[in-house]
Amino acid sequence: MDFASNITISALFQQTLVGLSRTTILFIVASGLSLILGVLRIPNVAHGSLYMIGAFIMYSVNLFFGGGQAGFWMAVLLSPLAVALISLVVERGLFQYLYEREHLMLLLFTFSITLVFGDLVKMVWGSDYRCVDLPAAFQGFYTILGFPFPRYNFFLIITGPVVAFGLWFLTNMTRIGKIARAAAVDREMVGAVGINVSLVFAAVFVIGCFLAGLGGALVAPTQNIRQGMDHAIIIEAFLIVIMGGLGNIWGALLGALIFGLTDSIGILVWPQFAIVFPYVVVVIVLLFCPKGLLKSTW
Amino acid sequence: MSERSAWKALAPWLAVFVLLLLAPRFLPRFQIYLTGLILTTGLLAVSLNLVLGLGGMYQFHHAVFYGIGAYTVALVITKTALSPWIGFLLAPVVSALFSLAIGLICVRLSKLYFGMLQISLGSLVWAVVFRWYSFTGGDDGIHGIPVPDIISSTDGAYYFSLILTAICLIVMQRIVNSPFGRSFQAVRDNPVRSEAVGINVKRVQLTGMVISGAFAGIAGSMFVVIEGSVFPELMFWTLSLEIIIMCLLGGWFTFLGPMLGAAIIVLLRTVVGIYTEYWTLVLGIVLMLLILFLPQGVLGYFLEIFKRGGMKAVQERK
Repeated sequence: MDFASNITISALFQQTLVGLSRTTILFIVASGLSLILGVLRIPNVAHGSLYMIGAFIMYSVNLFFGGGQAGFWMAVLLSPLAVALISLVVERGLFQYLYEREHLMLLLFTFSITLVFGDLVKMVWGSDYRCVDLPAAFQGFYTILGFPFPRYNFFLIITGPVVAFGLWFLTNMTRIGKIARAAAVDREMVGAVGINVSLVFAAVFVIGCFLAGLGGALVAPTQNIRQGMDHAIIIEAFLIVIMGGLGNIWGALLGALIFGLTDSIGILVWPQFAIVFPYVVVVIVLLFCPKGLLKSTW
Repeated sequence: MSERSAWKALAPWLAVFVLLLLAPRFLPRFQIYLTGLILTTGLLAVSLNLVLGLGGMYQFHHAVFYGIGAYTVALVITKTALSPWIGFLLAPVVSALFSLAIGLICVRLSKLYFGMLQISLGSLVWAVVFRWYSFTGGDDGIHGIPVPDIISSTDGAYYFSLILTAICLIVMQRIVNSPFGRSFQAVRDNPVRSEAVGINVKRVQLTGMVISGAFAGIAGSMFVVIEGSVFPELMFWTLSLEIIIMCLLGGWFTFLGPMLGAAIIVLLRTVVGIYTEYWTLVLGIVLMLLILFLPQGVLGYFLEIFKRGGMKAVQERK
């Protein structure tokens, strides 16, 4: 067995950076999920579908603008917005009637939305793999401490903290964020003081789904865009949210960090079973802190 | 219940059983295969309902125990020199052991946290099976598993699954109506009070999980007989949600409702699958409508109508 045979400083360094860029994607998706779970109490399985749709729209928009710098930025800008629009329709059309239902029903309801979205994506984009080419500015490598490192991954690693700060600012410094946090604790009371809770919920849902779309758009250039990427990401995002503490943005960041790094370092330790490591870590964390590492809003 | 009314209650089920026993005489092969698949999936759904409906536990990753049962049979047949029948005996045992292990870890949590921890443990099992090429065949799975001759034909496999399903359903029905079943139900309806009257809540829940896991393992072994292959999708979390949907569809406050739900899903997949490749779209829309308008399930809905009709009759007589 090639157990731990290829651990070198250079590989370790490189895998850490790869893990950190993976963390960014995981964090962006998981924080959106966490926001929706924390405030609306919806275990939104369809979050993964929105991530997939984000990636596919990224592909199409990029193609429409002929790729390159313009195509990339337009796509990164437009595809989360398009996903947000879809989620607004879903929320106003369906979810707003279901807030009082049990979690299990909501879980199954969002799962059925996943089934519908999965087939709709297959209808629109077909079941072939799609790829997005990076603009020239993001191709190539930076040399950090003598090690080559892909520019796009560097861009991702910077994006992560920016999004985290943006979310922190939104939930702690703005009016809607403060109302949303209050509604997470006691939605009836917030309604009683004359605030339209339903609209606040809609806004939070749309912001959460926007993040799913953003995650999908950002991940698009780094991997094949395909059917089934929704199922893969959503389970990871759920585990990250649970591990970090339901509804806690920093918990999502911490969880994503743990998940991303164990995954990428695990590839060095034991390539065949690399996908097992993150799950092992989640299980260990939940054994000792069943309610997650950081304080949950539930 | 007097002896006569017991027979009266039993008679329709006996009739159904005899009808199913005779089915290979007048149904074509594909439909026999389909019926076998419905029975297998149905048994799986009923076994899930034991913890989900009766116990009120969020068993989010039931498919793991199904997959483990299937893989146990497949591995005993392909990797050991033991008699295949030992594999069939081992399937529920191994599934029950995994159930016990996962249950011991999860059972101290409740509701959503219980479900999520179970999903992570189940995904761990799935990931190992998915990657362990030398042992489980990895993502390809194991195909062309040589089951014993007597159950290898379509009819043989069908009879195997029919008889096993019948036995399992009778045993499960007994369990539901046993003192254990009653206390399990009490735990679902009011855990605090159950604890106060001396029921060991966690132990009851754990026992329920182990029993349910064992029956899922039996369903898994039936799957191997019918399909002749195993693959990691058998323990992927989407299948688990699909089984929960079957319970919901049939109605989880009834014993056989999940069987009906499984039949609807399997038939829907086959029939819609003939006309279009987008069968999950149809399933998704059906489900959304169901959850919006019929949350007590199809069988539950009809039972309610019957009950209402019955009540009306009683009132009119008065």
